Amino acid sequence: MASSPARALAWLIAGEARQHPGRIAIAVLAIAIGVALGFAVHLINGSALAAFGQAVNTVNGAADLKIEAASRLGVDEALYAKVLSVEGVADASPVVVLKAVTARGQSFTLLGLDIIRAAEVTPSLIAAPARGPGGNGDDVFASDALFLSRAALIAGELRIGDRVTINANGQARSMTVRGILPGIAEGRRVGMIDIAAAQWLFGRLGKIDRIDIKLQPDAQAGDVRTRLKPLIPADAIVSDANDDAQQSDGLSRAYRVNLTMLALVALFTGTFLVYSTQSLSVTRRLQSFALLRTLGMRGGGIVALVTIEGALAGLIGATLGLLLGFGLAVGALNILGGDLGSGIFDGAPPALIFAPLAAAGFFALGVAAAVGGSLIPALQGARAAPAIALKNAGDSIDPRDRLTGRLPLTLLLAGVGAALLPAVGRLPLFGYLSVALLLAAGITAMPWLARSLLSPLARAWHRNVPMDLAIQHLHGAPGAAATALCGIVASTALMIAMAVMVTSFRGAVDQWLGEILSGDLYVRSEPGWGGFDQGSQARMAAIPGVASMVFSRQVPIVLDPGEPPMSLIARPVGTGDATLELLGEETMPPPGTVAVWLSEPAARILAAEPGDTIRLPIGQNARFAVAGVWRDYSRQQGAMVIDAKEYDRLTGDTTRDDAMVLLEPGADMAAVRRAIRAAAPPALKSRLTMAEPASLRTLALSIFDRSFAITYVLEVIAIIVGLAGVATTASAQASARTREFGMLRHIGVGRSQIVAMLGVEGALLGAVGGLVGVTLGVAISQVLIHVINPQSFNWTMTTQLPVTLMLSVIAALVVASAITAMLAGRRAVSIDAVRAVRADW
Amino acid sequence: MIRAASLGLAAWALASASVAQTPGFSYPDVTPGRAFSFPADHGAHPDFRTEWWYVTGTVKTAKGEDLGFQITFFRTRPRVDPRNRSKFAARQVLFAHAAVSDPAIGKLLHDQRAARSGFGIAEARIGDADVRIKDWRLVRLADGRFSARIVARGFALKLIFTPTQRPLLQGAGGYSRKGAEPRSASYYYSLPQMATTGTLTRGTSTQTVTGRSWLDREWSSRLLGGAAVGWDWTGLNFDDGAALMAFRVRGKDGRSLWAGGTFRRANGTIVTLKPSDITFTPTRNWRSKRTGATYPVAQVLTIRLPEGRKRLMLTPMFADQELDARSSGLPVYWEGLVRTEGGQGYLELTGYAAPLAM
Repeated sequence: MASSPARALAWLIAGEARQHPGRIAIAVLAIAIGVALGFAVHLINGSALAAFGQAVNTVNGAADLKIEAASRLGVDEALYAKVLSVEGVADASPVVVLKAVTARGQSFTLLGLDIIRAAEVTPSLIAAPARGPGGNGDDVFASDALFLSRAALIAGELRIGDRVTINANGQARSMTVRGILPGIAEGRRVGMIDIAAAQWLFGRLGKIDRIDIKLQPDAQAGDVRTRLKPLIPADAIVSDANDDAQQSDGLSRAYRVNLTMLALVALFTGTFLVYSTQSLSVTRRLQSFALLRTLGMRGGGIVALVTIEGALAGLIGATLGLLLGFGLAVGALNILGGDLGSGIFDGAPPALIFAPLAAAGFFALGVAAAVGGSLIPALQGARAAPAIALKNAGDSIDPRDRLTGRLPLTLLLAGVGAALLPAVGRLPLFGYLSVALLLAAGITAMPWLARSLLSPLARAWHRNVPMDLAIQHLHGAPGAAATALCGIVASTALMIAMAVMVTSFRGAVDQWLGEILSGDLYVRSEPGWGGFDQGSQARMAAIPGVASMVFSRQVPIVLDPGEPPMSLIARPVGTGDATLELLGEETMPPPGTVAVWLSEPAARILAAEPGDTIRLPIGQNARFAVAGVWRDYSRQQGAMVIDAKEYDRLTGDTTRDDAMVLLEPGADMAAVRRAIRAAAPPALKSRLTMAEPASLRTLALSIFDRSFAITYVLEVIAIIVGLAGVATTASAQASARTREFGMLRHIGVGRSQIVAMLGVEGALLGAVGGLVGVTLGVAISQVLIHVINPQSFNWTMTTQLPVTLMLSVIAALVVASAITAMLAGRRAVSIDAVRAVRADW
Repeated sequence: MIRAASLGLAAWALASASVAQTPGFSYPDVTPGRAFSFPADHGAHPDFRTEWWYVTGTVKTAKGEDLGFQITFFRTRPRVDPRNRSKFAARQVLFAHAAVSDPAIGKLLHDQRAARSGFGIAEARIGDADVRIKDWRLVRLADGRFSARIVARGFALKLIFTPTQRPLLQGAGGYSRKGAEPRSASYYYSLPQMATTGTLTRGTSTQTVTGRSWLDREWSSRLLGGAAVGWDWTGLNFDDGAALMAFRVRGKDGRSLWAGGTFRRANGTIVTLKPSDITFTPTRNWRSKRTGATYPVAQVLTIRLPEGRKRLMLTPMFADQELDARSSGLPVYWEGLVRTEGGQGYLELTGYAAPLAM
């Protein structure tokens, strides 16, 4: 008879599933959604990172070690000969790196190489060496000989032998496609010309951007780095492939971790849904369990039964979730790209890379979530004394008991404490822990909160039978109310938290845009087409109708090879500059130093404050002092401003990429636009972007909305899951209370009154859930805004509440739960009153 | 003499017919009647398209091992725009090859260097011999001796060459024709019979060596007509002090399109050989498993001297002296140490792995 308990368990589980397929399905679905989202985000990002890493490796040619210019201004070419003579360096290949565009607008990376050195160091970057004369007749040293990767050839619709005009660094040059670069990875658009041609034709005389290094077979990279160190000027940085990987990982890490955390939040909501489903199911079956107990089943059997039910739901949900997640990832990669629309990674959609380990991880998480959600109801079911449980299926909390808030208070304090802790490895892990603890505090406080919120109502006498009945029921049985509410409270809280954060962020960005966009017209040269030389700057500034023109230069600079580059912005800086919204005080730089204003993210990343001196890779032996910190929401990797005059003096680079135009009153905008185009350098005339502040603002906000599109999707899903939870708990509770309804019928309460009572109960539940959820959400949003955002994105903002949304969420919850409760109630009261009461021996 | 690697250079570096004319750029022609002057002509002639310093030699170790070596520096002038002000502009590109023939190893040890001129990394001096690529160097010392210093992968050569005879002007007073067209020609002189001393390292073992070497110096702007597929060349130092250089240019059918050579007797008198004076007759073929090419590694060279025909049996020290430097863009060829009656030297066989259409 050893198998009989197992058989009994199987029979009970199957019976429960047959009887209430909808409830199980919702729990399964919640788990599936959580797993799917988490897995999809992981897959998408993994694939995007792999593609990005491949792109980096493709252009770098996998050298042992490389020295890179910290900015696109390059380094002095003389460094190359010095590096070549360092002990342990087998060979060194100088590289000029250009962003190039074909006349048709296809962009690619154009490398200027010494083919002889590259053949030794980075053979994948050059065309196959010719084997003999009369073959393809190429002349690799000719200044118009261009070699293209297959992808670049296809993108430009070019064939070998074609003439093509290449634009780079503001110069348009005619080249002949002489051959293919077979070593470049598929899909990567790369071109190669001779390094001398690159320097001469594209305005880079005397400068190189990179030196690729091949080490002697017996040399240690660390030793060589040490020997290289004294040679490396301030504007160059030594790195290896490891640093590249770190940099591309760092690019998207915060974004990815946040999305993954959101997915885990969905899973968390799923856990609460499983919990509420299982609690109700356990409450309803307490009598069956009691019967089993009297027949000899142990408490452990009940725990096993309920846990296995949860685990089954988890298994099915997690399996579905993995499939769904894979589908989502495929779809999202093709529609949004590898960065989910956030604009972090450029280029074609990457190929999806399946991650078996991550799949196993998310599967386990899904199952664990479901098991975890079932465990508490299972223990409750097992603890109930069989004799009492056989007679009673009510709330386990006595209406006369005082409810204490010790556990919720502890959780709350722990949550606040966690929010105060610093980031771990630049990730706001304690911030997320704080969110989880606050959520748990809110949910465990539900019985107490429900009773406290309803107490004023319960003391009043409304002379309305359904309303009084409803209030007294909820007041007296807050445990049942809490069970019904925990799912919706969790999802509402998380949804509101996200909404408050996004609203605050959007509001902050909007306000910031209004402040920085103080010009009448903005002019930008397309990247790769060079910028405005001094002549064209003077011509533009002299255009009639132009009151003033502020030119600026943006140069990416690498301060640390493992970090994504920051932007160095050179432009005239005046006191009281409105376009630089300063946070805190401005400090005068000490004499002999160059003032630099850091963006908020830059200040956080560099851990620098006004008054500190920092090292920057421009100018020889120049010292820089932080003069102030300004608000910036557009460059997460950090940016810094120095005065244009200082920049010119330090770098000798007088080209500018952008211009802000202030018009004289009454000036003709259209005429000024035409005149600006006419004054631009010839190559740029058709490659100028001009925009007025309004359209820039719209564009910026639409980019913002696109990057947060995925969070909107997650929010909608969270709300749908929560509402589904309300519906299932309402119907479950209604069917569990058929005897109560029978009794009410016997003492003269009409069917419609019972339905009305349930409607009021539903509405009250919705109101309490909505209120608590929204309040909890606002609390959690403060953690998101003041802890998680600064820690992962390095910027701060002030809270702005989406009041309309908050009120509509509460209203929607009230209405939705009232309606679902009434619908469920109609079925419950349709049972014959006499039969219902007879069930109550 | 025409050297194999020049084919590779042509592929690497030289303008082909399909390249558009570069304004303000031209190569000087090679014409008869040029006066040679030394040491200036030991130095580079940078206006010409191609030039080389080509040392082959035979040495004996203290233990009595017979070894061969070649050290070659090539200079080429690619067709680059003279207006290009970049310091990287490839006005001159230098290549170097070194190989050791060791019968005990049974194949060549070889290595190469290449670089464009500039930045002190590679230079070919004008006015006297001093060519350098990275750590490799061939230089004429103040006392007239030449010094070569080659540290390569798996071997090293540190040798001093002492000229014992006047420079031998090849062809018509240093004007050496390569084909039916008079423009296909080079300026060409040799320094045969150079006494050689120094050290030779194989792996970690360094030994003192002594022997005899041959320096070939040649520069040109236009080497070959279109029908040639390859050539056979030899340079032989005889024990009595005589020296012989002979070459033939082969067509598709394997027959000679052109031939030339010079014989300097021990007493210093010179016989210039016409195309009809020279016959190469293969006696043994060797097939390379690496490349599938079949080389006539043993040949009978017949030259017509005023006193009658002279037959020289050219026997390789060992068969596998194939030099496969395709990874650096050079063609596959055979450059081997050979013995003959009363002398030894090098035999070069090109265009056997694949026809070299030029």
